Amino acid sequence: MAVHSERVQTQSPESGKAAVAEIDTSAAGGGAKGAAPKRTRPAGGPGPGSRLAPYLLLLPATLATIALLGWPLVKTILLSFQNLNRRQLVMHLTEWTGFDNYKEQLTDPEFWAVTGRTVVFTLVNVVLIMIGGTLIGLLLNILGKKMRLALSVALLMAWAMPVVAATTVYTWLFDEQWGVVNWFLDKLGWHSMADYNWMSDEYSTFFVVILLIVWQSIPFVAFNMYAGLTTIPKELYEAARMDGADSSKIFTSVIFPNLKPFFLATTFLEVIWVFKSFTQVYAINGGGPEKLTRTLPVHAFLEGQGSQHYGVGAAIAVLTILMLGALMAYYFRIMIKQEDEL
Amino acid sequence: MRRSLFGRTWPNVIAVVLIVFFIFPVYWMIATAFKQDRDIISKTPVFIPFDGTFQHFTTAVNAENFWTYVTNSVTVTVGAVVISLVIATLASFAIARMRFRGRKTFVLVIMLAQMAPWEVMTVGAYIITRDNDMLNSLVPLTFFYMMMILPFTIWTLRGFIAAVPKELEESAMVDGCTRTQAFVKVIFPLLAPGLMSTSLFGFITAWNEFPLVLWLNKEQGKTLPLWLSSFKTAFGNDWGATMAASTMFAVPVLILFIFLQRKAVGGLTDGAVKG
Repeated sequence: MAVHSERVQTQSPESGKAAVAEIDTSAAGGGAKGAAPKRTRPAGGPGPGSRLAPYLLLLPATLATIALLGWPLVKTILLSFQNLNRRQLVMHLTEWTGFDNYKEQLTDPEFWAVTGRTVVFTLVNVVLIMIGGTLIGLLLNILGKKMRLALSVALLMAWAMPVVAATTVYTWLFDEQWGVVNWFLDKLGWHSMADYNWMSDEYSTFFVVILLIVWQSIPFVAFNMYAGLTTIPKELYEAARMDGADSSKIFTSVIFPNLKPFFLATTFLEVIWVFKSFTQVYAINGGGPEKLTRTLPVHAFLEGQGSQHYGVGAAIAVLTILMLGALMAYYFRIMIKQEDEL
Repeated sequence: MRRSLFGRTWPNVIAVVLIVFFIFPVYWMIATAFKQDRDIISKTPVFIPFDGTFQHFTTAVNAENFWTYVTNSVTVTVGAVVISLVIATLASFAIARMRFRGRKTFVLVIMLAQMAPWEVMTVGAYIITRDNDMLNSLVPLTFFYMMMILPFTIWTLRGFIAAVPKELEESAMVDGCTRTQAFVKVIFPLLAPGLMSTSLFGFITAWNEFPLVLWLNKEQGKTLPLWLSSFKTAFGNDWGATMAASTMFAVPVLILFIFLQRKAVGGLTDGAVKG
């Protein structure tokens, strides 16, 4: 830090002063602080202005974040303490009800069923994504050049596919009458699947949703895994091989320890992304059949917008945000620890 | 000997199976869009449409309000990207090049904002928009989309600005440029590729957004994802037209992604994983 500010000072006195003054206030708070700005004034741009400059540059971003992110978040929290249904909405009434919405939700077996389902749904997805992504990343690493390019392009297509377009395609693939999946299963000898309606059952709907999410999420993990593998020095593999390690031993004692930060970070990102995924679950079957595939974000939408119980919807949303918040706090703790280690 | 031949073959076999698995849905979308109706509604699927037709594209394009939705999507997306680029350039310059109190806090807020749970904050956004009589308008949608992509834009631009050697800027200032001039004349031209790829990612995010527009806009205010998701209701079992609409919606994004391939992996890793 000292070296850095020194260099700045020799080349451009004005900006250097600002840096020095900054260090002074934090370290000793010396007397030079008062004199510095006066002397730099004649130079024009910098001086007291340059102290304000970063804040002016950050002002639009800060205002946008407060107005467009902070406000909706606060509004959601406020709404969760209100009784806001169709009537109150039309008549612009504000009825505060304290914790009623929360009490109602926390004692509602349906809410807990949805929460449990969301947790299991997230776990299944993340386990499949991490295992699949890791294996494909390892595969990319051992493939020849042409094959690797071909597989990369295929992964890229799945990754890039817009979610809504992907859901439409999956409903078509799994269509009851003309879907290619049912035809294929029938050809394989599973004749009862010839006219199977995938959307008629909780588990088969989830099968389609999970396949869709896993299909779209694996590429991100696989590419990052492959990128991480290329950073491991070749000597490490050779050394391990000389010591008589087989492939699985190499994975546990060379690859995994080296890429542990990658595994932790990616797993948590996937947990967060899957937990709050809305479009796939909603667009495939609207939380049906019989509300049985509702996950928390879908439940919040259908209770809030669908049944026009906006306060209740907001309370479910806040409870979801709290769960996500706990996950994120844990994620950031890992990240910050890693920064220190690196 | 047998083992080594086996060892050389199996990765390729698995790779081929995986290629089919990952590419098939995309292929099937495009193929169905070009098929004759009798080949779509057939008990044995036709895998390659030799006698292709554009009929389904005509159906999709002539659907009610199609061009309104296209205009809406383009307006909202371009607006969001342009505004966020301007705001992000200012902010990322400050955090990449200046030292000041509160810098760390700002960076932390940006990282948190990048993970904002938009999917479940929609009810708050809805009531705010409604109270201001702006439902079905493109303005709130543009600004909310701008906010969704802003943290990512700041974060990646920060990286690009930091990669420009400080000496270039300083020598310009020694030659008599003010700091603003140095930025406009030296850094900005070098930043062009970074701005390009960053804005394309923003474009993709805004183009695909679904949960918020589902709350905010109806009828004339719909964007393409919302239109596409309700396509089946409007067109029943016309899978050809549905797939033609999906193809038109997805292909621009697929092409952008191929161009971005390299940046895609590196950029997302920098932003998301390295934190």
